[in-house]
Amino acid sequence: MIPPAFDYHAPQTLEEALSLLDEYGDDAKILSGGHSLIPMMKLRLAQPEHIVDINALTELEYIREENGVIYIGGLTREVALEESDIIHARLPLVSEVLPLIADPQVRNLATIGGNLAHGDPGNDHPAVMLALGATIVAQGPEGKRSIHINDFFEDFYMTALEPEEILTEIQIPVPPQGSGGSYKKLERKVGDYAVAGVAAQVTVDGSGACTSAGLALTNVHYIPFKVTDGEDVLVGSKLDKEAIEKAAGIASEQCDPSNDLRGSVEYKRAMVLELTRRALRDAANQARG
Amino acid sequence: MKTKEITVHVNGTPHTKEVSTRLLLVHFIRDDLDMTGTHIGCDTSNCGACTILLDGKSIKSCTVLAVQADGKQVTTIEGMANGAQFHPIQEGFHEEHGLQCGFCTPGMIMRAAELLEKNPNPTEEEIRWGISGNLCRCTGYQNIVKAIQYAAEKMSTEAETA
Ligand SMILES: Cc1cc2nc3c(=O)[nH]c(=O)nc-3n(C[C@H](O)[C@H](O)[C@H](O)COP(=O)(O)OP(=O)(O)OC[C@H]3O[C@@H](n4cnc5c(N)ncnc54)[C@H](O)[C@@H]3O)c2cc1C
Ligand code: FES
Ligand code: FES
Repeated sequence: MIPPAFDYHAPQTLEEALSLLDEYGDDAKILSGGHSLIPMMKLRLAQPEHIVDINALTELEYIREENGVIYIGGLTREVALEESDIIHARLPLVSEVLPLIADPQVRNLATIGGNLAHGDPGNDHPAVMLALGATIVAQGPEGKRSIHINDFFEDFYMTALEPEEILTEIQIPVPPQGSGGSYKKLERKVGDYAVAGVAAQVTVDGSGACTSAGLALTNVHYIPFKVTDGEDVLVGSKLDKEAIEKAAGIASEQCDPSNDLRGSVEYKRAMVLELTRRALRDAANQARG
Repeated sequence: MKTKEITVHVNGTPHTKEVSTRLLLVHFIRDDLDMTGTHIGCDTSNCGACTILLDGKSIKSCTVLAVQADGKQVTTIEGMANGAQFHPIQEGFHEEHGLQCGFCTPGMIMRAAELLEKNPNPTEEEIRWGISGNLCRCTGYQNIVKAIQYAAEKMSTEAETA
């Protein structure tokens, strides 16, 4: 399979990339890791007239910690996250998801920015970022703007990004003392997209009461699904069996999976129920220390 | 412009060609350069048969455009042996019966090359995760793992004596 023909642009600076995107608008597609875009082009699900390859913009590849926030450049490769001490020390939830995304060759090229910008409910980073309350920074012809992750996923494969914007940074608040996070993914085979995935992130106070909770699901809804009602049940609880059971029940009832090669609706709901229990139990145990 | 002149350094030799922008790197290697050691199994980034090294990193060349390799170093299976002398990973596959039909072998070897570069003494589990993006249709994983273990041992002994 060969992608349809296109004009290829390889800007060397961010300004150049932004001006190309401004010029071609909807007719252009950004190419970063290419591991979602090129397969879609082969299948003619995407047929851009212009490809703007941003791989030369290495200034967008970084992982930094400053004043309680982790800053990740939009072009940062999965492999760089996997090899980052900051990520392992500060964001156990992210470290847990990385080896579950695709395979080593794909992770050598695929970027976290592309993973989020693609808006694919089957990708794993979106649920993790929803659970962590990340902020997305987009840069366009008029400058930078910040988008809270809760407002980022708008529709099936549709995000809040404009065609002329580049996702330049992801900002993740470092979870405070007494936090824990876990990602549980059921896959048919290693490297596959999730049958269902659950990201959980919680914080408890000295008495063991939950002060904040993030809960989000992969591949069981038309967009990455934040289980707000489940989070509300968890906050204020002791993260005991009863609260976890209730939140898991809400997750499995409120998601809206489709019947496909990865399983039936009932099966996926049952898996969400169990994976949510496990993710919350592990996150809670970590948070209690 | 739907075509572009690119220079790709393949196994140390620069190749300059005018290519269609939509040409996939694997087709550039196989069809334009006539180096057919790199295989195409699935064409959907799943099987790893097309794995090569791009600037030292193992990637699936069916999901990279040839224009993306402009100015870069590519290593294919043809670049592994030193004349008539097998690379230790090739020797491992030979000694440990790491191949049956051989279709997955070039991809397995190129993936193992980066794996051992980053982690010269991998555990069996690390090897298995490390080749999780490579499928062997003959299901010869047991001996593929042994072949990589053989290479790891040989390469670390060579490194010690060097
Ligand atoms: C075999 C295989 C298995 C996979 N398994 C998984 C999995 O288990 N879990 C998972 O999460 N993912 C999986 N993926 C997807 C992989 O992680 C993708 O690479 C990722 O979704 C997209 O990142 P990319 O950098 O490759 O983006 P690209 O493919 O380059 O781009 C994807 C989309 O985002 C846009 N885009 C890219 N970068 C930016 C940016 N900085 N700003 C604005 N827009 C941008 C592009 O225009 C395009 O529309 C798999 C892919 C393959 C091939
Ligand atoms: S041919 Fe490239 S991964 Fe299968
Ligand atoms: S040896 Fe036949 S596919 Fe692996």
